[in-house]
This record gives sequence, structure tokens and C-alpha cells, in this order.
Amino acid sequence: MCLAVPGRVTEIAERDGTRMAVMDFGGVVKDVCLEYLPDLAVGEYAIVHVGFALQRLDEESARRTLELFAELGMLQEEFGDPWEAAARADEEAGR
Amino acid sequence: MKYLEEFQNPELASGLLADIRATVTRPWALMEVCGGQTHTIIRHAIDQLLPDGVELIHGPGCPVCVTPLEMIDRALAIAARPDVVFCSFGDMLRVPGTDRDLFRVRGEGGDVRVVYSPLDALRIARDNPDREVVFFGIGFETTAPPNAMAVHQARKLGIRNFSMLVSHVRVPPAIEAIMASPDCRVQGFLAAGHVCSVMGTAEYPALAERHEVPIVVTGFEPLDILEGIRRTVRQLERGEHAVENAYARAVRPEGNPAARAMLEDVFEVTDRAWRGIGVIPQSGWRLSERYRDHDAEHRFDVTGITTREPAQCRSGEVLQGLLKPHQCEAFGTTCTPRTPLGATMVSSEGACAAYYLYRRLSTPPAPKEASRVG
Ligand code: SF4
Repeated sequence: MCLAVPGRVTEIAERDGTRMAVMDFGGVVKDVCLEYLPDLAVGEYAIVHVGFALQRLDEESARRTLELFAELGMLQEEFGDPWEAAARADEEAGR
Repeated sequence: MKYLEEFQNPELASGLLADIRATVTRPWALMEVCGGQTHTIIRHAIDQLLPDGVELIHGPGCPVCVTPLEMIDRALAIAARPDVVFCSFGDMLRVPGTDRDLFRVRGEGGDVRVVYSPLDALRIARDNPDREVVFFGIGFETTAPPNAMAVHQARKLGIRNFSMLVSHVRVPPAIEAIMASPDCRVQGFLAAGHVCSVMGTAEYPALAERHEVPIVVTGFEPLDILEGIRRTVRQLERGEHAVENAYARAVRPEGNPAARAMLEDVFEVTDRAWRGIGVIPQSGWRLSERYRDHDAEHRFDVTGITTREPAQCRSGEVLQGLLKPHQCEAFGTTCTPRTPLGATMVSSEGACAAYYLYRRLSTPPAPKEASRVG
């Protein structure tokens, strides 16, 4: 949960009076709130945490980080299904 | 070379390590504050690559781990109510309360839902006007602004069935508490990069000055950690104690002003109990008076719950850097990620989980100097 992941803006739209983006995290696509980085533009990168863009990032470091996270399975950890993981852990513990 | 090959850029890593070796003339103890950094360190065995005497102490920077037991028990009590949809980040599911966890509450019929963002919980509230939707708001300064925004939006859009159980924590008072402890061995801090992305660095110079301790803002990738260590030991060797930013690509000195303004509007600073550690003055946030309507603790009566910590769990010492996870007797025997006794074993950022996951079952013999750097 504490992990913040770099993503790339692919679309921007107002929703319910809130500035929102669609962002791409190495293939995983998520809605992201831009209220804290309102001038982020399509094509730019930012660090995203729990659905909020928090700080701009240059393209090269964003790509590098994403590659590293993908390699280490950290994107799965961040975006995977937590119910499944919890159920699996319970099963294996024989509960 | 065994470990270094796993680095994304082994040449850069070995250069940084060589520099650290050339700098260090005596033992130093540094604390990495953030649980994400602990995981990088253990995963890449960075602690074992460092010259003898340079020790990394794992800090309390795992929000899931430090959420106090009484708050978990309150969450469980609220989540079990038939009129409530309880929303939480996924890593709270398995955190043990006094006698169960959120996953169990859901199995017993509670409507517990995992959300990726606090705005998802707000949407659930808007789509279910006849239910009470409660979001479990935990986390450090990185998570607090998103959660603050959800409360702000609820008010703006008039979504009255949305409330938040708030257990936010702040890093600088924790650093203060660690330095003030008589058992403290920490001589330098690697400050948590993403916390500083939001808050900037303004809170740190006074701390560095008062405790004469270098504080280096550090990122989460292996090379970031090595660079943070390099800069911290360089200061220590020179007898300096400044605040440095080794994560400039993501941290501006002023942080994110919009996010900080929202924090100030929605929350107010309060004393907060940290699980395993106790109350740290001024170390938390709660909803400010203006937003009391959206405070789950006011909406539901959750006082008078008795809590009971498992006696064997020593996570308080682990969180303060006084004990390494594998030194706990329960580690890997009665306590594993599948049968966790403490939150530090459950959370993906917990130190006990990191040691278990990367097979640090005991302290391995230090690898030979020559075999480490080619
Ligand atoms: S190993 Fe388990 S019992 Fe021991 S401190 Fe860690 S979480 Fe607690």
C-alpha cells in the first residue's frame, strides 16, 4: 500500500468537478486523480499513490522504475487481487 | 558478485559501494525509516554488502504495522455491522485484531470491500445511499492527502453516508521519539522519499540540528538506497549533520503544496498510539472539527472495546530497531506470513515479512570481501 508507482497519462477528463486522468502503469490501466498535480499533461509521467498523482517524474526515471518493479513482481503486489492472496494464505495455513 | 549481479546497474552499484568503503573508518548505525526501503535492502542484501560495522536499523515506517490494535478492533466492530459497507486498502485484510481480522469478518457475513483508492470508497457511498460506507484511513503523509481529498469531496458533493475511521501517522515525531529514547543507537536517517514528495523537507533541519543527526532523503530503488547510505556516512565521517536530498527526481523542497494545503484543511495534528511502541505526542492526524460529521468514531460507538496483544509478539522492539526479526523466538515457527502473530509479519512492508520472504532465517556469515565487489 505504501508503494508509489510511476505511471504515464493517456487521457484527461473532468469528472464530478474533479480533474481525473487515465494512467498506464506498465500495462495496467487505472483512473488517477490529478487534483494535487493539476497541470500534468497527456504523455507526462508522475508518481501515483492510492489513485492520486503526487509528483512529476521525468520519463527516463519513470521507465526505469517501472521496469524494475515489473521485474521484481511489485506491480502484481500493488495491483493484484488482495482477496485471492488472503484466501490462499488462509487455505495454506489450514484455517 | 553474487548479490551485485541482481542490481539493475551493477557497475554503478559497485562504484557506490567502493565509495562507501573508502569513506568509512569506523562503525555507524543508520535507520531507514520506510518499510518499502527495508524490503529493498533485504531483497538485495544491501545490508550484507556494506563494509563491516555499517549497520542498517529498520525503522517504524510501515503504516499497516503501526496501526494500533484498538484501531484494528474498532474497524472490525464497525465492519461487522449489518448496515455498513467497510472499505479498506488490501493489506489491512490479514492484520490481526484481538480475536480476528477483516478477512474473517467478511467470511462471517460482513460487507468488507477492498479498494485501490479512497475515491473508490466514495463512489461506493454515492451508489449505495441507503448504506453507511466507512473507509479505513491509515497511512503516512503519502496516503493522508488522498484520504483527505475523499473526505473533502464527500462534503462538497453532500455524500452524507460516507465516513472515515482515521488512523494517520506522521514521520517527523516518530524520528523525534526514536532519537529521544535512551536505547537509541541511530546515528543517521535515510528519510522516506515519498513522504517527502508530499511534505518536502522543511520539517527536517530542526530535527537534524537538535539531535545532531544527518537526515538524507532517500528513494526506494537499490541504487537510491546505496546513494542515501553513501551521503549519510560521508556526513558522519566529517562530523556533519545536515539535511540532504538524494531523491531529487521525486522530491522538491516544498513538497506538493496543494496536497499539504488539503491536509491542513481536513486534518488536525493529534497524539497517536503506534502499535508496539505506544503514544507518540503529535504523531498523528485526525479529522478536524469541520469534518467531524464524516468521522466514523463519532458516528459509531466504538469505545469500550477491550484489546489484547499476543504475548509472544515482539514487533514493538522490531519497529524501534531494538530487535532484528529473526531474533524473535516466534519468527518462522509459530509466526509466519500464513499464521502471523503480529502486523510486522502480515504487511507487505513489514520487517518480519521481509526477513521471512527473503529467507533471512538467521544472520548468514558475512560474505568474503573479495567475493562481493568484482
Ligand atoms: S516474528 Fe512474528 S511474533 Fe515475532 S515480532 Fe515479528 S510479527 Fe511479532
